[in-house]
Amino acid sequence: MTLDEYFAIGRTIDLGSYTFDADAIKAFARRYDPQPFHLDEHAAAGSVFKKLCASGWHTAAVWMKLNIATGLAGSIVEWDGPGPRPVFGPSPGLRNLKWLKPVYAGETVSYTRKALNHRALSKRPGWRVLTVSGEAFDSTGDKVMQFDSGVLVEAE
Amino acid sequence: MPASKWAFEDFVAGASIDLGTRKVTAEEIMAFASEFDPQPMHLDEAAGKASILGGLSASGWHTCAMFMRLLCDGMLLDSTCQGAPGIDYVKWKHPVLAGDKLTARLKIIATRISRSRPALGLVTLHSEMLNQHGVSVFEQENTIMFLKRDSGAAA
Repeated sequence: MTLDEYFAIGRTIDLGSYTFDADAIKAFARRYDPQPFHLDEHAAAGSVFKKLCASGWHTAAVWMKLNIATGLAGSIVEWDGPGPRPVFGPSPGLRNLKWLKPVYAGETVSYTRKALNHRALSKRPGWRVLTVSGEAFDSTGDKVMQFDSGVLVEAE
Repeated sequence: MPASKWAFEDFVAGASIDLGTRKVTAEEIMAFASEFDPQPMHLDEAAGKASILGGLSASGWHTCAMFMRLLCDGMLLDSTCQGAPGIDYVKWKHPVLAGDKLTARLKIIATRISRSRPALGLVTLHSEMLNQHGVSVFEQENTIMFLKRDSGAAA
């Protein structure tokens, strides 16, 4: 088995879906993004979004929730390549996060991930950075969010 | 309704805005992680200490959300904000640990009027959070849309 096979490079993995009910939208917004269009239907009606919609960070955090629930690569396939099993570490960051369409209350959003590539870290021998693309689609099939994130992996 | 403090015209390239500080508690780290990122280093002190992060540490998504709250309280809620199309990049540069005190600030990189909607301006921001030791833990660059002060909806 190669690292490419272990990471499922190029294969889109379905992470499942999540329904953004109004209470969950408001609860997240009260803690982290209390803008009127995320907190209150009436205020949202007079806003640029016209209806109550989820914080973009709520939409993004649910990607991580479903990503973890699906399991990182090692929980989907057994490592049988040479050397020790690769171990996933923290993420150095993300790029090109786009909120393409509002996620309104009641919307069910489907999430995916796809590992794109990986490379050795010259500053950290024994570690690689894996780039993973995340996407989210609403019930009409429109893409509502996308981003590319990195994750450090301890691997030969 | 009183006019917002911050409209598009108030953002000047090169200027900085202080957004205040926030204490990061173990309870909040674990609550966010339980819901959105249930990995051991975000849920358990011992697992965090044993990890490369060196202690009970906030999910990177939680760090983004905490910055968003500082941005809201420090500026956005008293502005003509019309949302943001996305984030150019986020860097999780250093672990955010239980007990940390984060200070956020931003610098205005560029401003321009929307071509398709002249009442709207786009402001590109570089944001950063430092911990209590002065170490930069988080960086972000993105563009946020604001109405101009003289647009009808801004007042």
